[in-house]
Amino acid sequence: MGWFTQLQANLAGWFADLKAEFVLNFIEEDRWRFLVTGLGNTLRITFFAVLLGIALGVVVAIVRASYDKTIQEMRPGPGRFLLKLGNFVCKIYLTVIRGTPVVVQLMIMYYIIFATSRNSLMVAVLAFGINSGAYVAEIFRSGIMSIDPGQFEAGRSLGFNYVQTMRYIIIPQAFKNVLPALANEFIVLLKETSVAGYVTIRDLTMGGDIIRSGTYSAFMPLIAVALIYLTLVIFFTWLVGKLERRLRSSER
Amino acid sequence: MSGNDVLIRVEGLQKWFKGGEIKALDGIDCEIRRGEVVVVIGPSGSGKSTFLRCLNLLEHPTGGTITFDGVDITDPRVDINRHRQKMGMVFQHFNLFPHMTILENMTLAPMKLLKKSREEAEQKAMALLERVGLADRSGAYPSQLSGGQKQRIAIVRALCMDPEVMLFDEPTSALDPEMVGEVLEVMKELAREGMTMAVVTHEMGFAREVGTRVLFMDEGKLLEQGTPAALFGSPQNPRLKDFLGKVLQ
Ligand SMILES: Nc1ncnc2c1ncn2[C@@H]1O[C@H](COP(=O)(O)OP(=O)(O)OP(=O)(O)O)[C@@H](O)[C@H]1O
Ligand SMILES: [Mg+2]
Repeated sequence: MGWFTQLQANLAGWFADLKAEFVLNFIEEDRWRFLVTGLGNTLRITFFAVLLGIALGVVVAIVRASYDKTIQEMRPGPGRFLLKLGNFVCKIYLTVIRGTPVVVQLMIMYYIIFATSRNSLMVAVLAFGINSGAYVAEIFRSGIMSIDPGQFEAGRSLGFNYVQTMRYIIIPQAFKNVLPALANEFIVLLKETSVAGYVTIRDLTMGGDIIRSGTYSAFMPLIAVALIYLTLVIFFTWLVGKLERRLRSSER
Repeated sequence: MSGNDVLIRVEGLQKWFKGGEIKALDGIDCEIRRGEVVVVIGPSGSGKSTFLRCLNLLEHPTGGTITFDGVDITDPRVDINRHRQKMGMVFQHFNLFPHMTILENMTLAPMKLLKKSREEAEQKAMALLERVGLADRSGAYPSQLSGGQKQRIAIVRALCMDPEVMLFDEPTSALDPEMVGEVLEVMKELAREGMTMAVVTHEMGFAREVGTRVLFMDEGKLLEQGTPAALFGSPQNPRLKDFLGKVLQ
């Protein structure tokens, strides 16, 4: 009969420990605030970086797709030269960004390129945005290339020039096709920003780490951080799925 | 319908693919006069589509000239977009814009290129839809239409730009047999109204009934041309005889 009371006592002790840990890590000195401000920064960086990434990615994708589609048909001249140059620059951008770790890019941005700036949030948005742009560009380029060439010809045959055809006919369709992939890029980026702490930004991960180093107790803060990321990712994945279903059901 | 003035003059037209390995067009000379319905026939791979697509420069000719309305449009200094507005084109696979409603498909070009107001563009579009019996589908998306309906929309979408010539590349080839008639009917009516048309088709009945002139192409060359009665009644070229023997049974 002793074992039951033993177990009860153990469980009670364990719960008491857990509660003490919880109080220590989140309640005392209002340490939960590190998580809340950290989450705020994480979301802020992710949101603006995604916007920047999409803007950058769309431009790069249009240059690359235009090059692939038209360079053979183009007459020699300044336009052809510009397109060749643009394509070359874009290729270098894609190679460098996709060939180096994002943490390294972030640190180069912070400690070298913007060494004099103290606005680390802005630097992080730039670094993650430029990084994301490279991936968005390839997503978007495949979106453009997947549009039936007949669409392009229909636009041109009505009298639209190249740019107008892209703008009114190709881009809107490509955008719709890649929307789920873009939303997915948002989720990837959300997790990637967890290295922002390398440049002194108090993001969600850093928030948990600050608590840990203050309380010398790792379990609670790190599990809490993981759970928050997980919840966010599950939520956004659900949202993307919903979006995808809606896109598929309309117009098809 | 004005008399005999030439709308399109093609001289020595050549189109090579793969650096000359494929000579899709090998020296074509012909004219299309206003009000004519020119039907282009010929075996598969003979260059019919390439010929039609060269007329509005969707394909850039390797050699030769195309004069449209008195302007040599193969001259690089010519603003081809401006001339394309006057040349409607209808494709085998319709190529409607799937992200737009029927009405939006039809009003986009007039609003953006001719700077028409929305009301004006929509009024014209609705009038045309009325004529092809699809006014009630103006708010639908292309995916909600049958093939025959899509092609009728594609025709009136081109007509919204008030073109001087309409180019058709096998407009009924992708349709289920029961839908071919409704599209041909629209084309016939267009011909009756005096629209200048160039039509690539395998519909010999259409060629005979509506065509003012029939061109027979083979291996990139224009081998014979004449009125439908002459061409179908007493073909001269042995390859044309052979071709007609196959398609007419
Ligand atoms: N973009 C291209 N690249 C390479 N070859 C081409 C291209 N377009 C057409 N060709 C070739 O040019 C020739 C003429 O083709 P075209 O499409 O004009 O024939 P067609 O008379 O329209 O045939 P069909 O009745 O099958 O439509 C063919 O040998 C074809 O393979
Ligand atoms: Mg063809």
